[in-house]
Formats: sequence, structure tokens, C-alpha cells
Amino acid sequence: MLEGRRLLRVLRRTVIQAVPTILGIVILNFLLLKLAPGDAADVMAGEFGAATEETMAMLRQRFGLDVPVLQQLLAYLSNLAQFSLGQSPRYGMPVSELIGQRLPSTLMLMGMALAIAFGLGIALGTAMALTAGRWPDRLLSVVSLIFYSVPGFWIGLMLIVLFSVKLGWLPSGGQETIGAGLTGFDYILDRLKHMILPATSLALFYVAIYGRLTRAAVLEVASQDYVRTAAAKGLPPLAITLRHIVRNALLPVTTLAGIHLGGILGGAVVVETVYSWPGLGRLAFESVMRRDFNVLLGVLLLSSFLVIIANTLVDLLHAWLDPRVEVR
Amino acid sequence: MTAPLLDVSNLTIRFPTGTPVADLGFAVGEGETVAVVGESGSGKSLTALAIMRLLPRTARTTSGGIRFQGRDLLALPEPEMRRVRGRKIAMIFQEPMTSLNPVLTIGKQIAEVLRLHEGLSSEAARKRSIQLLDLVRVADPHLRVDDFPHRLSGGMRQRAMIAMAVACGPKLLIADEPTTALDVTIQAQVLDLLDRLRRELGMALVLITHDLGIVGQWADRVVVMYAGRGAEEADATRLLDDPLHPYTRGLLAASPRLDARLHYTAGPLREIPGSIASALGEPGCPFVPRCPMALPTCRTKPPPLEEIRPGRLIACPPTLALERADAAAVGR
Repeated sequence: MLEGRRLLRVLRRTVIQAVPTILGIVILNFLLLKLAPGDAADVMAGEFGAATEETMAMLRQRFGLDVPVLQQLLAYLSNLAQFSLGQSPRYGMPVSELIGQRLPSTLMLMGMALAIAFGLGIALGTAMALTAGRWPDRLLSVVSLIFYSVPGFWIGLMLIVLFSVKLGWLPSGGQETIGAGLTGFDYILDRLKHMILPATSLALFYVAIYGRLTRAAVLEVASQDYVRTAAAKGLPPLAITLRHIVRNALLPVTTLAGIHLGGILGGAVVVETVYSWPGLGRLAFESVMRRDFNVLLGVLLLSSFLVIIANTLVDLLHAWLDPRVEVR
Repeated sequence: MTAPLLDVSNLTIRFPTGTPVADLGFAVGEGETVAVVGESGSGKSLTALAIMRLLPRTARTTSGGIRFQGRDLLALPEPEMRRVRGRKIAMIFQEPMTSLNPVLTIGKQIAEVLRLHEGLSSEAARKRSIQLLDLVRVADPHLRVDDFPHRLSGGMRQRAMIAMAVACGPKLLIADEPTTALDVTIQAQVLDLLDRLRRELGMALVLITHDLGIVGQWADRVVVMYAGRGAEEADATRLLDDPLHPYTRGLLAASPRLDARLHYTAGPLREIPGSIASALGEPGCPFVPRCPMALPTCRTKPPPLEEIRPGRLIACPPTLALERADAAAVGR
């Protein structure tokens, strides 16, 4: 009852704050993209090899690129007001449909990556903190430093070399075995197999960040008075760690997770390209190359929605983890 | 005389950087309240943690023994020791604000001990937690049991800590400055509560404090510590009426007490000159740099606690000599 009311209050506040944020993001993105040299017509003409002035003018007129920038912006906004993301000049289909095809793959990839980053990062960080200053801590610190400093695409390539080429355990790209016609459990297993490598390459950087963060948080919490109280009760070390330390150390980690979601989406561009994963990241990348700005704006808009939703979820998670946080 | 419940002998605690507790010995009988008194840095809290074997990892208890119910706690394997903590010996701490886990309800934190040591189901543990909160006089215990610590006042939190500590009916409760962080009015309530529980549950109480004011009213016996060593040990009333060790005398002279006309209206309180830091590196009696009656011999080696009368021990050879001379004069 009380929980439900609190939830509603959070949702209402989120919506009220989200509208101006999103409007600002759309306008800023639009103007920034218009600063880039060239447009869809130029790219198409380039691909044809040659085009007359008249053809170019005709293309521009068809795509609505012949009017002043401000007018284009207003047209885009009025489209948005009718819940339409516009047409893609390139694919000749509505942007929303295009995104709709790609969204589930990317969401799955991000979800998996986030789960790996959280699970592995917290486990790693806790292990480091509990052995602070001794060799397991040193070793894991070096490992996490490597995760942290090596670029995602390189890790992706190396994982492919090791697990696909050398060992042959996992597929090197795509999101399912094409034409296998698998159903039920086998199908799910096949999808999971395809997801492991890309999700891991995407996650490793965040594993390192959450690992370091958890290590610091656990060390700080471990010196708190209530941990001594727990020890004075006669609790075994594992119960002290799980019930009293890690639960409290999770708070700073969850805060950052909400912020990182946008970054993970950015990382998805690279990883999806390496693993030929049919997701939003690759769509965005291709749209930039083709100056297909309607699609790109759609993807950017959607990702800002995702970030806002994720942050709301983190707020709620926070309130649940820490009773001292009152949701206002 | 039967063996005491807790017998600490020649306890020495070493850190890589120093030896904060050396050669400390005292005993606690069944159902007795022993106050351990000393200023900050005298090693009181470390002694308490040593009894619970909860010292920081860098600390070593190098000599001596801590016998509890005839068993040497220092020799127990860790799993055995865990069965002592919270069940046979419980402890409450100075800061009720930070000693409770902020993300667990009071009820869950009390229930945790009961489920661990008595194997109660979560339902039974919850019922018992409510009874315990009632026992420590928390109003509306069935509501408070689901409250998080930050919703309670300092006094209430300390009561919850006490409920947690006495949950399994320990034989010994160590209270490390249980009232230092509380208002004066709440202090008396909490100490009354501890005293009542001691009698009702038949447990012994080690009351660690720097407040001589509470010693006379609530303690049976007092151990005065200075710089990690025992300075004087006596019955509480005897000690307050007739302090022998120069440090104890200095402490009492520095405490405002209406009954002894020690009050700011009767003139300034006397202080003990210098600070406890001067004890560092002192080869003899640690109190020598601040002592009004120090002799050159005091600097040679640390004085042992010696019995001057039954139940009365003092670690000060000059005082001992004076007292013995007096006794001889009276006896003759």
C-alpha cells in the first residue's frame, strides 16, 4: 500500500523531469548533427558515382532537406509530438519500425553485460577487499587494471581468437545459428552461446570499475562499528560478509550503474560491429556513415529514454536497499 | 573460594607499533559487576576486545591467559570461540548510533543471534525479539521490531543493543562505555536497566567507563587502569572513600562530587598535570612523569599489583610502604 504510493510518486516525478530533459537532448542532437558536413543526398550521390544537380535537388526535396535548419527542426519536433520518429531516407521505412527490429537484441546484450558486470564485479571486489594487501588482492588488482585499460574491440577480437578460432567453443558472431531451426530449450541455449562473448567484451571494462568500487566500499564498511557488533554476536565470517558488509557496500555501486548505462550503449556500437550483432549500436554507426540523421536521432532519443528509465530503477533499488533513503 | 567466572591474568596486547596493554590481571565472579576505569588510551576497550578475541588482526595477545568458566579463551579454536561470543559472553558498545546495521530492522538484528545460537525458526525468533524489546523497556515493542535503527533515538538504540546482547542469556556482559554517547538522564536509565538485567538473568557485568561518577552507584568492584596496566583494584565504596594509588587520588580529586564537596562552587577542581602520552617509553611505572610522590626506584621496573589487604590491590611501592608502616604503627 505504502510502497505502491511511493512508486507512483517516483514515476510522476520522473515523467515531469524527463520531458524537458528529452526535449533538450533532441534539439541539441539535431543541431549538432546538422553541423556535420554532408547529408543523405551527398552520400547517395557518392555511392551512385555521379549525380546531376537536378537529381540532388530532387532527393533533398523528397527527404525534406531543402528547407532551412530551423524549419527542419520544427518539422521533426511536430512529428515527435505525434509520436512519430519520421522516415528513414535510406531504408525507405519508418524509423520506429527500424529501431523496433533492433531494440530487443541490444536490450538483451546490455542486460547480459550489466548482469556480468555486476555479478563478477561485486564478487571480484569483495574477494579483493577480504584479502586486501595479500597476493590474491594484488593479482586481481592487476587483472582488473588490464580489463580497465584494454579497449573493448581488442578484447572482443582476442576472445574470438581464443574461444571461437582456437577452442571452437563459442560462435564468433551473429545472434543465432542461421537456418538451424532450433526450438524450445535448444533455441535459448543457442542464443545464450551467441551472447556470451559480446556481452563479456562489453562487460569487462565495467567489471573492473565495479570491482575497484566494491573493494573500496567493502573495506570501508568492514571497519564500521556494526560489523564489529555482528562479530560479537558470534556470526561466522561468511554471514558477516554477506549480510552485513556487502549489502551496505552495494549502495555506491548501484548509484554508478545508472550512470554507466549510457556508456554501455556507446560501447555496444563497437562490440556489435566486432561480433556482427544486429543491434541498435550498429544501426547508429551505419546511420552516421550514411548521414541518415532521422534514424540516428531516433536511436539517440531512445537511448536517453533508456538512461532515464534505468536511473529511475536505480533510485527505486536504492530506496529498497537503504531504508534511510526516503524517496521524495 | 570457587573459581571466578572470568579470570584475566598477565594479559599483554602487542601491536607492531607498541604495547597498549601489559601484564593486566583481574577477575570477575558470577553475578558481579566489575568496573574497569581509566582515561582514554588506557587500554580498557582493547582489554574488552581481547576477552572477545575481536582484536584487530595486527594485534597479538602474547602472554597471559583469559579463563572463562575454567576454559582458556585464548586457546580455543575459532569455531569454538564463535559459540562463546553472543551466547556465553555478550558485548555492547559505546556508540549506539553506529553499532547497529542501518539496513536491517531492529527485529532482524536481534533475531539473528537467536537463530544462530538457539536455532529458533524465524517466526519464533521474531516473537522472542519482541519479548526482549519489552524486557529492555522499549515502548510498543511489536511496532519497533520492524523499525530501522535510524528511526530510533540513541537511548532506544542502546536498549535494542542490550536486547541483542542478552538474547541468549549470557553469563557475562561486557559493556564498553555504554552510556558515554547518551544524555545524562538516559544514562541513569540504561545503567539501571543493565543492573536489573544482571540480577534477573544472573549474569556478571564488566562495565568499562571513564566516569567515576557511575562507579560508586553501580559497581561492586573497580579496576583502575593506567596506560595499559592495573594501578589499583578495590571494592567500589572503599576505593571512592579511600583511594590509595596517586593516580586514583588524582582522578577523584578531578571529578566533581557533591558528597565530597568537590564542586566548582567550592573552588577549582584539581587536575592531574601532564597527559597519558608521557607514559610512552617509560621503563618503570608509567605514571612516574605525572606522579607527585615518585621515587627514583619507581623508574627502574613496572610495579606489580600487590595485595595490601584482602580484596585490595595496588601497584605503587611507595604507597604500599607507607600503608604498611601505618598498619604496623596502629598494630603496635
